Amino acid sequence: MRISYPTSIKIIKVPCTGRVDIIHILKAFEAGADGVYLVGCLEGDCHYLNGNIRAGKRVKYIKKLLEETGIGSDRVSMYNVSSAEGMKFAEIAREFTEKIKALGPNPLKLIRV
Amino acid sequence: MSTQGNLERVLRSGGFVVTAECGPPRGVAPDMIRKKGEMLKGYVDAVNVTDNQTAVVRMSSLASSVILKDMGIDPVMQMVCRDRNRIAIQSDVLGAAALGIKNILCLSGDHQRFGDHKGAKNVFDIDSVQLIQCIKGMRDDGRFLSGEEVKPGPSIFIGCVENPCIEPLEIRAMRLAKKTSAGAQFCQTQCVFNLGSFERWMEMVRQLHLHEKVSIIAGVTPLRSVGMANYMKKNVPGMDVPDELIDRLKGVPKEKTSEEGIRICVETIERLMGIEGVRGIHIMAIGWEDVVPEIVKLAGLYPRP
Amino acid sequence: MIVADRKPFDEIIKMLAPYSNILVLGCNECVTVCAVGGAKEVAILASQIRMRRMTDGVKTKVDEKTLERQCDTEYLEELKDVIGSYDAVLSLACGCGVQFLGERYIDTPVLPGVNTTFMGVTEKQGFWTERCQGCGNCVLDRTMGICPVTRCAKSIFNGPCGGSWGGKCEIDKDLPCAWHLIIERYKERGRMDAFMEIIPPKDWSTARDGGPRKRHREDMEI
Repeated sequence: MRISYPTSIKIIKVPCTGRVDIIHILKAFEAGADGVYLVGCLEGDCHYLNGNIRAGKRVKYIKKLLEETGIGSDRVSMYNVSSAEGMKFAEIAREFTEKIKALGPNPLKLIRV
Repeated sequence: MSTQGNLERVLRSGGFVVTAECGPPRGVAPDMIRKKGEMLKGYVDAVNVTDNQTAVVRMSSLASSVILKDMGIDPVMQMVCRDRNRIAIQSDVLGAAALGIKNILCLSGDHQRFGDHKGAKNVFDIDSVQLIQCIKGMRDDGRFLSGEEVKPGPSIFIGCVENPCIEPLEIRAMRLAKKTSAGAQFCQTQCVFNLGSFERWMEMVRQLHLHEKVSIIAGVTPLRSVGMANYMKKNVPGMDVPDELIDRLKGVPKEKTSEEGIRICVETIERLMGIEGVRGIHIMAIGWEDVVPEIVKLAGLYPRP
Repeated sequence: MIVADRKPFDEIIKMLAPYSNILVLGCNECVTVCAVGGAKEVAILASQIRMRRMTDGVKTKVDEKTLERQCDTEYLEELKDVIGSYDAVLSLACGCGVQFLGERYIDTPVLPGVNTTFMGVTEKQGFWTERCQGCGNCVLDRTMGICPVTRCAKSIFNGPCGGSWGGKCEIDKDLPCAWHLIIERYKERGRMDAFMEIIPPKDWSTARDGGPRKRHREDMEI
């Protein structure tokens, strides 16, 4: 399957979405990312039992932090996709990219102090 | 200072007492209290004056009680532990006694979360049982809580409240025993809608021989509408309104609901009068004080002794 | 442990408005355990402040540091060479740490980043509840190990009050009635006789009511 997805997406591999900490995502935005999304395994399929569920909860919390920070809560998302769903992975990549494009660039990049 | 108030007089003479409730106004409106007093005068033996009930600011219980007293009504001044420490409480007891108030009803008080000043700091320096003990100590031993002498002590008829309709009932009976041993002389109960529960509670009260030491005055409330019944069932803590009562109110045409509510109330009173150890009734017609005379007459409790 | 809650972000931003060179300072004790003021939270808050300041167009330098404790002089000493280079310190310690740091370094404004809420326990991961109010005169031996001062909304000693309903408190249906819990234990241990004893008014002079408290052990003084 040679499915393409937007080239603007930089993939960072982690052993489990449960490994992604709040600060990792905040740092991504500080470094200029326009959007960050997590792609975890399907709920119930976590190799580490519930890493993806905890990641989902964390994303909710990060949304709150981003909202009060002024970055906006819509720039972060969590998806659950199985490793056998290549089409869906590409579809989500396109969908999220469209969403971020509509939001415009990370506000930090517009301002140079 | 040792002359009895009317409530104590009727109880001591063995009579079945009738009391009612008067909520003070949310402003400087002494005439409103007088109006309620006029409505109730002659139909009840004493009138309870609430102390910032549900933590909503109203005219003080002490001042309102004095207004009623000046009309020749025997007020039962309610006193909650929420808003005053032991210094203010004892000072108010002295003040009330000096102004001729004979009865004080001791309560913990609703939490300020229910009121209009949710950010208030609560006090609860002492609790209702300790308050009873405190007033008794001032009266009988001539001592403040500190042990210092009260000269002269106040002559107060001490009341308490209990909720006879919340489980576990035996705890409610035992708590009454604590209040009785602390010095309570009369006990006004929360509104009784569930007579079965009340009867079971009274049985426990009799087993503990409490009815011989403290005069039990059962609370009743006429239900004005189905909405009010539902509201009390759902929103008032510790209020047990059985579904049969609500169904009975629903069963009559809307314009007859209040009439049915009065009928239920009168029937409840008649049942309560037949229970051994019940020494009277306390009618809490919240926002519907003008119905009290009718209920008293219908229950055959008029004229008052 | 002492439990705290992060202050609303906008309040923090407002507090920091006059300063452009800020140190966010964590504490490795209680506030780390209750996940509000440890190294992790320092990093998150510092990152948030940097981003917000940037979007607000204000030039800001935000550094991060976490001390072992902010309530002990020896750890505060670690800051002595650097604190002078900051306009303000935003401390994520409890109220004790914030004050003690401010006492040690009087020239630098020390601001609170958290609201200190209570002394409590971790009931489960991510959920903390209050257990003690430090009244200075423990009654747990009389009340079956359940504190009426702290866990009863009215701190009453001869409960339960009339608002206890189905074992829950009148102020919150999810909050257990402390006196219901106490009585359950009296029953389990066959000690209902203890329930019947009237507990006399408490002497609150050992609590905050008696003024700020101190404890002194002369033998430990150096």
